[in-house]
Amino acid sequence: MRKLLIWLPLGLFITFLVVFATGLISPESKTIPSKLVGKPMPPFALGPGLPGKPGLSSAELANGQPHLVNVFASWCVPCIAEAPQLRQLAEAGVPIYGIAIRDRPEDLARFIARNGDPFRAIGGDPNSSVQIALGSSGVPETFLVDGKGIIRRQHIGAINPEDVPGIMSALGDAR
Amino acid sequence: MIAEAGLAALWLAAALAALQLALGWMGVATQRIELLAAVRPIAIVQAGLAAMSFTVLIYLFLTVDLSVALVAANNASTKPWLYKFAGTWGNHEGSMLMWVTILAVAGGAVALFERKLNERTLIATLAAQAAIGLGFYAFLLFASNPFARLDPAPAEGQGLNPLLQDPGLAFHPPTLYLGYVGLSVAFSFAVGALITRDVGAAFARAMRPWVLGAWILLTLGITAGSYWAYYELGWGGWWFWDPVENASLMPWLAATALLHSVTVLATREGLRAWTVMLAVVAFSMSMVGTFLVRSGILTSVHAFAVDPKRGTFILVLLALYIGGALALFGLRVGTVREGSRFDAVSREGSLVINNLLLSAILGIVLVGTLYPLIAESLTGEKLSVGPPYFNSAAGPVALVLMLVMAAGPTMRWRRDDLKATLTRLAIPMLVAAVVLLLVILLAPGIGILPLLGLVAAGGVGLASLAPLWKRNLRRTPLYIWGMVIAHLGIAVAVAGMASESAFTKETLVAAQIGQPYRVGPYTVRLDDVQPVAGPNYTAIEGTITAQRGNGAPFTLHPQTRNFPSPQTETNEAAITTVLDGQLYVVVGRSDDEGRWQLRLWWKPFVTFIWLGGALVAFGGLLSLLGRVRREMRHSPPREFL
Repeated sequence: MRKLLIWLPLGLFITFLVVFATGLISPESKTIPSKLVGKPMPPFALGPGLPGKPGLSSAELANGQPHLVNVFASWCVPCIAEAPQLRQLAEAGVPIYGIAIRDRPEDLARFIARNGDPFRAIGGDPNSSVQIALGSSGVPETFLVDGKGIIRRQHIGAINPEDVPGIMSALGDAR
Repeated sequence: MIAEAGLAALWLAAALAALQLALGWMGVATQRIELLAAVRPIAIVQAGLAAMSFTVLIYLFLTVDLSVALVAANNASTKPWLYKFAGTWGNHEGSMLMWVTILAVAGGAVALFERKLNERTLIATLAAQAAIGLGFYAFLLFASNPFARLDPAPAEGQGLNPLLQDPGLAFHPPTLYLGYVGLSVAFSFAVGALITRDVGAAFARAMRPWVLGAWILLTLGITAGSYWAYYELGWGGWWFWDPVENASLMPWLAATALLHSVTVLATREGLRAWTVMLAVVAFSMSMVGTFLVRSGILTSVHAFAVDPKRGTFILVLLALYIGGALALFGLRVGTVREGSRFDAVSREGSLVINNLLLSAILGIVLVGTLYPLIAESLTGEKLSVGPPYFNSAAGPVALVLMLVMAAGPTMRWRRDDLKATLTRLAIPMLVAAVVLLLVILLAPGIGILPLLGLVAAGGVGLASLAPLWKRNLRRTPLYIWGMVIAHLGIAVAVAGMASESAFTKETLVAAQIGQPYRVGPYTVRLDDVQPVAGPNYTAIEGTITAQRGNGAPFTLHPQTRNFPSPQTETNEAAITTVLDGQLYVVVGRSDDEGRWQLRLWWKPFVTFIWLGGALVAFGGLLSLLGRVRREMRHSPPREFL
């Protein structure tokens, strides 16, 4: 017993070292992944973000086929950067639904006019409530949801051209 | 040229540390005590060289020598001189140089002044101190050279983080570092004593002034740091359980425990292994603190060097020093003679409980600080541990600790009677009961922890005076006064904490010019907001009239400062201190309609927190003076408390 007590501090310290060493070696990521990956989409119903286009509710998303839910905003610069990739995905037949965060219809209309419209529907989320429910911490973020409405994957930040193949194959896996 | 001189001095100091280690090792291994005659002057000269190197760096900062990369990155000619001076250690390299300088100077002081300790143990101690120094010299020279040149030199420097541009910064880090490094001496003494198997009263008495000195400085550093965060960050809080705050709190907790156990060892020859362990833990906590801050592994306001290479270097140093000391402990402590025995109900018994409770709090803080790291490396999940955990886990333990603090000093050594102890505490217990009744009647519905805190503060505050009871106050030894004042300080600080968390009033408004708002007993009106220019920033300054009841109105000027280099915004709270608390005002942004965000707090008795901290440090100082005077006056080994 005494022997054990004497060596216990060293044992604890070695454990501490191992934890720290792994902490140092593993690259630091600044993003906070959502806890909802692998869980169903939280229930929500958003009115149309853009007049003339349908709004978005979680019920519509469990429609049997995989799709992307893009959390974006007209005031967000990286969202402009990812617009061509979204158009490319939409042209390839991927259903994309938008959730516009803290936006105004007139700004959104200008954004769509300038950057194209890959969205089947855009829900307006004026006070970020759905964004928070999704566990998304910024714009843009894109969620890959399968046909049963389960969130399979979260893409944080703009979708760059090199991300497109990975997203396509993940969509295929979610089928 | 001057920078190169500083670098040369640093290299020479490192070489001398290597020599000191080698000779010290030889002296211990071959029993050649005469080598001490060489090790002493080497330690002193090494201290001189390190101090010279640091002085050169201060000079480079004061003269804004922009051809030195560190100066260019952290200084600007537009800065007030105080911040040029303080900027020397407001960055990674400079603060590490300050650390190693203090380490060397402490080692030099041991070499110069320590005359009573067994000479073999002293050689081993100086060798251990040199070993620590050598690692940090290597770290500076190979991974963080403060004297590296920049060619071509830029026309202007990048400035100092504005949050750090505060008079407090000139003194806060040096104070904490002196405390951290003072504990390195205790660590070296412990290692030396383990090597020579000489853990006894003489060792304890040699170590005690260093522990006490380090503890005083840590107390001051933490108190000042807490006040700095309170008025500079503009969040109205005084403790955030931020990793770096914890990094300073953990050595303090260990040093507090050590301070009490070393007394048992010096007076009663008890708690030998435990005292040595605590000495190792206390400095280990200081190094872990440095590692946490310097590696950027935990994100914090204080973390200015986010560099995995440096983190790895410090981690290796930690592994060598702490791992080495703990391994030595495991190998040697079995052969340390057992100390004298004592009853559970005795002064020693209460000090053991004090140590266990302090260690429990230390464990709670350590786990809370490291848990995010552990969780991330095990599950990949990011999370943070906040005040709810720390307060609810450490708070109750701290309250029990206060009870022990009230009872312990009234107890006798070796053996005492529980009933007699309780009788001695009758009046404080009565006072605590009255406080409990008053608070429940006058302020129903405050949280349980603040309530118990107020009760404990009342009872313990009175009980802490008990050791003076029936004594001739003029003949009471200084260290008894020290203990009484330090314990009273704890009670005062706890009263402040409890009152702040129970009775703070907060008002957050989008203020219209001229409109009065209420917070606590004050009526506050925003009269005007004007831009102003400071020496190296621009700011918007609110003019606020505050009035307490029907008292005389007075004016406050909170600012939001905008620093161009580096681009940062800080809130300068305007704080009015009155006897029973503080009014704390922060002006924020404006909205489009000409309203200004105004945050107002009334914090009753919040100043007691820092007043208590200062009292604790002052008590420590009295105790240190008393001990040192006593040691100097007579050398017989026996002493009484």
